Amino acid sequence: MLSRVKISERDAQERNKDFKQVNAGYTREQMLEESKRCLQCKTPLCRRGCPVEIDIPDFIRELSLDNPGSAIEILKKKNNLPAVCGRVCPQENQCEKFCILGKKGESVAIGNLERYAADWAAANNKEKKRLETQTNAVKIAVIGAGPAGLTCAGDLCKLGYEITVFESLHDTGGVLRYGIPEFRLPSEVLDAEIEALKENGIKFVLNTLIGRTKTLADLFDEGYKAVFAGTGAGLPVFLGIEGENLNNVYSANEFLVRVNLMRSFDFPHYDTPVYKGKKVVVIGGGNTAMDSARTALRLGAQSVKLVYRRTETEMPARKEERIHAKEEGVEFVILTSPVRFIGDDKKFLKGVECVKMQLGQPDESGRRRAFEIKDSNFIIEADMAVLALGLNPNPILPSLTPGLKTDGHGYLIIDENFMTSIPGLFAGGDIAGGDTVIQAMGMGKQAAKKMDEYVRNLK
Amino acid sequence: MFKILSKKEIANNIRSFEIQAPDIAKRAKAGQFVILRINDNGERIPLTIAGADLSAGSVRIIVQEAGKTTAALCQMKEGDYIKDFVGPLGHATEIKNYGTVAAVAGGVGTAEVLPVIKALKEEGNKVITIVGARCEDLLILRDEIEAASDELLIATDDGSCGRKGFVTDVLRDVVEKEAVNVVYAIGPVPMMKAVANLTKEKNIKTMVSLNPIMVDGTGMCGACRVSVDGEIKFACVEGPEFDAHKVNWEELISRLAVFKDLEKISFEKFKSRGGCKCSQG
Repeated sequence: MLSRVKISERDAQERNKDFKQVNAGYTREQMLEESKRCLQCKTPLCRRGCPVEIDIPDFIRELSLDNPGSAIEILKKKNNLPAVCGRVCPQENQCEKFCILGKKGESVAIGNLERYAADWAAANNKEKKRLETQTNAVKIAVIGAGPAGLTCAGDLCKLGYEITVFESLHDTGGVLRYGIPEFRLPSEVLDAEIEALKENGIKFVLNTLIGRTKTLADLFDEGYKAVFAGTGAGLPVFLGIEGENLNNVYSANEFLVRVNLMRSFDFPHYDTPVYKGKKVVVIGGGNTAMDSARTALRLGAQSVKLVYRRTETEMPARKEERIHAKEEGVEFVILTSPVRFIGDDKKFLKGVECVKMQLGQPDESGRRRAFEIKDSNFIIEADMAVLALGLNPNPILPSLTPGLKTDGHGYLIIDENFMTSIPGLFAGGDIAGGDTVIQAMGMGKQAAKKMDEYVRNLK
Repeated sequence: MFKILSKKEIANNIRSFEIQAPDIAKRAKAGQFVILRINDNGERIPLTIAGADLSAGSVRIIVQEAGKTTAALCQMKEGDYIKDFVGPLGHATEIKNYGTVAAVAGGVGTAEVLPVIKALKEEGNKVITIVGARCEDLLILRDEIEAASDELLIATDDGSCGRKGFVTDVLRDVVEKEAVNVVYAIGPVPMMKAVANLTKEKNIKTMVSLNPIMVDGTGMCGACRVSVDGEIKFACVEGPEFDAHKVNWEELISRLAVFKDLEKISFEKFKSRGGCKCSQG
């Protein structure tokens, strides 16, 4: 009772060679055992930790009664993407962190249970029930088909609005498609979630970059009463050090976009190439760094070294991702920072010069500051490097929309109603300072409520 | 899906396409580009917009067979559909009255320079266009370029048309003969680099349209980064045009070669399947 039902994972040495899912999810028996651990608290603390306000004990109760169909209905009331959230949410910092069982033992595995219900629905609910809402014939546009946009679109659709989602890429999903690898979130799982949104009447228009193909003003002229911008992250951060533009030095975004969105792991069946490094250095300590390192292994790297300036304790990546990465063979090189990339005579990478670091006192953010140790330079041999240092907000919409205000970092400024400096334009997710998938979804959800209020007040 | 409204062979291995894309046609300005993907397995490649027809709702692109995607594209027919086509991307050329402008173009850049010189001429500039090609047969859109220029000068490697030599030889004569306020260059990187070297020496402001490798083309991946004045710039959102005298040309040349071996594998595979009819001329 104190410990949760473990999810079975594929052997690390087997899974690090392909892009199939790391774990298979609970079986029915495991699901029943785990869901019965839930105490069904009268005042459930877990709900406080959920950015999209799922009725957690309710869906778990239905599961414990072996009613996955009712469980998914409860989930879908609040969460348009349960199969995604069950896989990629940092539950340990959210719902599961507050679970009362966690005080003495292990919290209920809420994420695994959510995933079970969602996967069950995808497998069994062939004749999906169409959402029964009266459409109100009011048009709302959503810019960006990533987690923030999809959530906002899903919620507004439930309220009866006619929703069109504009996406600049050739496929939906945003970071869920181009960023998160197959082995964490298979594309068919994402496809099924988006298909469900389409069945409810949401229209998707791809290959449309708002700001360029059409302007925000065009959208209002076309009769959209409100617009949500979930345009996501943009330009990758570089270090500004020597050799950063050598061949085979990638931003994590380029590397992951090539492999995930463009499917270059299957080159030349797919046309987009990617270099398959033998000795790979990944720089960074977040989830994107882990995704990059594990992807490099799966492309056949002999060694993958993850270089991070602080220690593992300070890494922003989820614990589960760190464990998975290490199990699969990623070597963590902590207290180390790159100072220069070294190229051969054809300007291809051959090594990364690093310096050792030590930790001092905590800075304003509470993390201990890292200092270089003088004369501690050393070279790591590498034919490929991936920089996973974060992203700046996408500049296209603000730079091409007169009157749209951003803060000093380029994030859209939004008020307490999620509205930007332009009346009727709301925003959420990375472009408005969100950080994680679930945070983006939470913002999309809150914005949808405020957009509904805004549009009703227009009449 | 984006319909191919028309396709014309304008020189050996070079084809001109009109693609139905009314939203893009409405917004496209000189100097901007599109990204296209021909099918579900395709790669995303950038192509400079060579013109737009508002009434037909179409965008013109010029394609020279250089690899798998361009060869496959050349094989598509009128009435076929291109899977994805997004744009107009990047900043438009800064069009104003500079006085006298020398526009230098080579290869398919000759088609891409057309909307730029049209806009410059409309703005009141004197436009001297210098076009380079290996031989006369590879000269494209000569009549249209001539009509849009005050003067058209041609250089061919073999002397089969115009002056025997490089565009830079012609450009040197022009700038020594008259006061040129701005030079605009678009074409193969070695050509643009040579133009930049010449005009730097002559101290003439020069703009170039760069063509680095791109993936998303919307400022997300960083593949297209170029060093301009020692700083990283993303050509897709901060370009594609930059001050020629500040571009790190060696870096651009080496970065363009990053996938040379893989591109060859892809192209060979395509040809071995009998895919390529283009190369038969």
